[in-house]
Amino acid sequence: MTTALILLPLVAALLVWILPLPGRAAGAFALLVALAEVVLWAIAVAGFDFAGDLQLVDRQSWFSDLGVSYHVGFFGFSLWLAGLTVVVCAAAIGYGLWVGRERARAYHGLMLFLTGAIVGVFAAQDLLLFYVFFEAMLIPLYVLIGVWGGPRRVAATAKFVIYTMAGSLLMLASIIAFGLSQGTFDLVESGESGSTWMFLGFLVAFAVKAPLFPFHGWLVDAYRESPPEVSAVLSGVVSKAAVFGLLRIGIAKFPEPVDDLQVPILVLAAIGLVYGSLLAFRAPDVRGVVAYSSMGQMSLIVLGLFSLNELGVNGAILHSVAHGLVSATLFLLAGMIELRAGGTSDFDVLGGMARGRPMLATLLMTTGVIALAVPGSAVFAGEFLILAGIYDEGWWWAAIGAGAIVLAAMYMLRLISAVLHRARGAAVAAEPRDLRGPELALLVPLVALLLVLSAWPASIAERSIPASGAQVEATP
Amino acid sequence: MIDTPHVDWLALAPTLALLGAAGVALLGSVLVPASVSRGFAAFVTFAGFVAAGVLAGIVFAETASPEELLAESMTRDRLAALAALILAGAGALSVLVSWGERRRDHAGEYYALLAAAGAGMVFFVTASNLMTLFLGLEWFSIALYVLCALDTHRETSLEAGLKYLIVGSFGSALLLFGSALVYGATGELGFAAIAQAGVEDELLLAGLALVIAGLGFKASAAPFHMWTPDVYQGAPTSVTAFMSAATKVAALVLTLRVLTVAFPEQEDLWTVAIAVLAVASLAWGNFAALVQRDLKRLLAYSSVSHAGFMLIAVAANTELGGRALLYYLIPYSAMSIGAFAVVAARERELGAPATLDNLAGFGWERPFLGVAMWVFMLGFMGLPLTGGFVGKFYVFSAAYDAGSTWLVIVGVVATAISLYYYLGVVRAMYMRTDDLRASTQARPVVAGGSPPRDPLLATAVAGALAVTVGSFFFVQPLIDVARDAAASLPL
Repeated sequence: MTTALILLPLVAALLVWILPLPGRAAGAFALLVALAEVVLWAIAVAGFDFAGDLQLVDRQSWFSDLGVSYHVGFFGFSLWLAGLTVVVCAAAIGYGLWVGRERARAYHGLMLFLTGAIVGVFAAQDLLLFYVFFEAMLIPLYVLIGVWGGPRRVAATAKFVIYTMAGSLLMLASIIAFGLSQGTFDLVESGESGSTWMFLGFLVAFAVKAPLFPFHGWLVDAYRESPPEVSAVLSGVVSKAAVFGLLRIGIAKFPEPVDDLQVPILVLAAIGLVYGSLLAFRAPDVRGVVAYSSMGQMSLIVLGLFSLNELGVNGAILHSVAHGLVSATLFLLAGMIELRAGGTSDFDVLGGMARGRPMLATLLMTTGVIALAVPGSAVFAGEFLILAGIYDEGWWWAAIGAGAIVLAAMYMLRLISAVLHRARGAAVAAEPRDLRGPELALLVPLVALLLVLSAWPASIAERSIPASGAQVEATP
Repeated sequence: MIDTPHVDWLALAPTLALLGAAGVALLGSVLVPASVSRGFAAFVTFAGFVAAGVLAGIVFAETASPEELLAESMTRDRLAALAALILAGAGALSVLVSWGERRRDHAGEYYALLAAAGAGMVFFVTASNLMTLFLGLEWFSIALYVLCALDTHRETSLEAGLKYLIVGSFGSALLLFGSALVYGATGELGFAAIAQAGVEDELLLAGLALVIAGLGFKASAAPFHMWTPDVYQGAPTSVTAFMSAATKVAALVLTLRVLTVAFPEQEDLWTVAIAVLAVASLAWGNFAALVQRDLKRLLAYSSVSHAGFMLIAVAANTELGGRALLYYLIPYSAMSIGAFAVVAARERELGAPATLDNLAGFGWERPFLGVAMWVFMLGFMGLPLTGGFVGKFYVFSAAYDAGSTWLVIVGVVATAISLYYYLGVVRAMYMRTDDLRASTQARPVVAGGSPPRDPLLATAVAGALAVTVGSFFFVQPLIDVARDAAASLPL
């Protein structure tokens, strides 16, 4: 089952590349596969026992002399992250089809490949396999940004790749050290390690991916220059690989170093939260706001993870899924706004878009209000759990987190009013064009999922932790 | 009646097959009608490499434990057989790459020399005494000197040949002098006998240092790599493809053999020396590659840096290190030949040397070659889905296992630097913006019509691609073979 989830998009990617389909047909095929992937995931969830341990396991020896195997399976929390992946990727592929990307076969093949690689990251139960998928995500992302991105894409990809690879190569060194000292690279069989250096190698890789302050240098260029749907995947899903890694490897395998370094990590996360939120408040365009808010929210998630108790980790998982959906929706919306404003999302030339565009206004408003954590929303539930968890470690952490939620309200409302309200901006056409059917078909399911999650956050919060494989304190 | 030593013909068979092919190809250029002589030579050479490969496979299967042959001048073991197998594969692919080079003259000589160089290398890796070592080295080197200079109408080719001859001879001289010193110190020529002599004095150490330097020239390890960029750039691209893969295989396998068999007592010294060479190669190769615009020069420096990675495995001086080296050589040879084959294809389209500037748009014009080049670059970088990744993983594991964590760190940093220029190739192929294209004034490819078709080159690239990607998925069988081969050495 897990193998099917990983292989379906990868095989489909090969087919798209090899078969001489016309562009539209390739896109339609890719979308069909992405939807089949969602169905496959739903079947997996239906048969999943959320009270149990690792499930849906497939295992096959890869090379035995160093104890490396193809070992995949899902915990409750990683299954949710995989679900986020398949949904967001399907929406992104749909967006690419709707926009009609040039060189459609290459493009859609890469998107499918990316989907498979991300699902693989969340399923991997062997360190080397995890690394393989982790790096495999980078390959399609590099091309997707570098070929289909904005005008400064080449510089953005260089920065993105150098940051990411510097982090992940340090992780490779740590993986080798950890695996050889344990005698196996298997995450289930290996024990714990007390080496701070090894932990730091992992930490840097995940801190770059998240990104955590001060490793966020690549973030805004990559998010601005990517095609919007790739930004959606990047901020909504790829960043969550860091969450998986920190929980499944960092916290689970390095209890002592985590204990020692808890406070410094929390400090970095707190700085990232406040700094990212402030930058989002000052950003001059829609994408900038969403990019920096993404950095702030990821910091908040790290804050939850490193509260090291069940409440905080639960909140972090719930918030990962909610933030993934929010940020993907916002990036797709940003793309649609850009299409209506001559390719720019600068606040200077936007404004007054609510007039005559009820659908756009409603969807942006709904997503924005969820993003600023209005009580009753999924984001609110996640943040509440995180704050409750981190309160245990000291009230001041919770105070910082609560302060950042106020900042979130400020930047989100600024974004909403700058785009929708005020006088009509210079780049906004006088003759309004609202969202069309295909656009609605992409966005409405995402927003609907957010509303479902808002109504029933316990669906995830109560179904992730008992099986994370990490040792965290039980709820007091 | 003179007593003749027992000759193990099977052990010699891979070398003899290639020698035979060389002879037949050469004779063919005289006896066969001119219209078909080029095809005849190419076919015979290809068949020779395939036969050598098959025979090496048989030797590998039939040889359970190492055997000394011909008065202990040669060894029949799985290490040599595996190396011969890789060399034969590299040679066969190189023949396919060479075919499309519309060589008007010297076709027979070209293929005969290619087979002779292959024969020399296959013989070289079996060497188990200092005389056969030198003999084999000169054998394949002389063939390569001529091959480099074979494009007599191109000045750069002549320059490459001359440079390689002078610098290469210097390396050979060092090796010979070193061998003489070792012989002077121990009174022995055989590798095993040198170890048994148990001598430990300055003379032997000086000899060891010179032997390492001489082999370093052939492996193009820094600081003995000076010839590499010029020769790789000037030589006919198909020759460069063969050299970059085969010379490296031969030189590194023999380095491992000499050091572990003949100098086990001095391991404290030579592991440090090799580690220093590895670090120097990684640093020099990677930094120099950063500023290259010519594709062949860039790949030449990349091959220097890869010599560094492989020397890390040698420096480990463990069974895992041997396994790592022998595994690494398989995808490395494939990637290297494949990358140079793509360069050759671009050169034939343009009629000019391939540079990062005139590579613009290549990826979209020639989807198959573009994707293949992309995969070879991924392999050089050591990213997943290629054997290059597993190779680096094994090399780093061997270094960590041997206690040299600092070598792992150096290797990781070198890999990070190398991303810049490998991705530069990909960027040049796929991501040129229109204004950039206009500013570099990339000329349109062949005026009118599609680029020349070259099915044999495409086959070679497909083969290299299959090995590069296949060695990622099927690690276990390859590593088993590498383990068997490494077991021939006293590690």
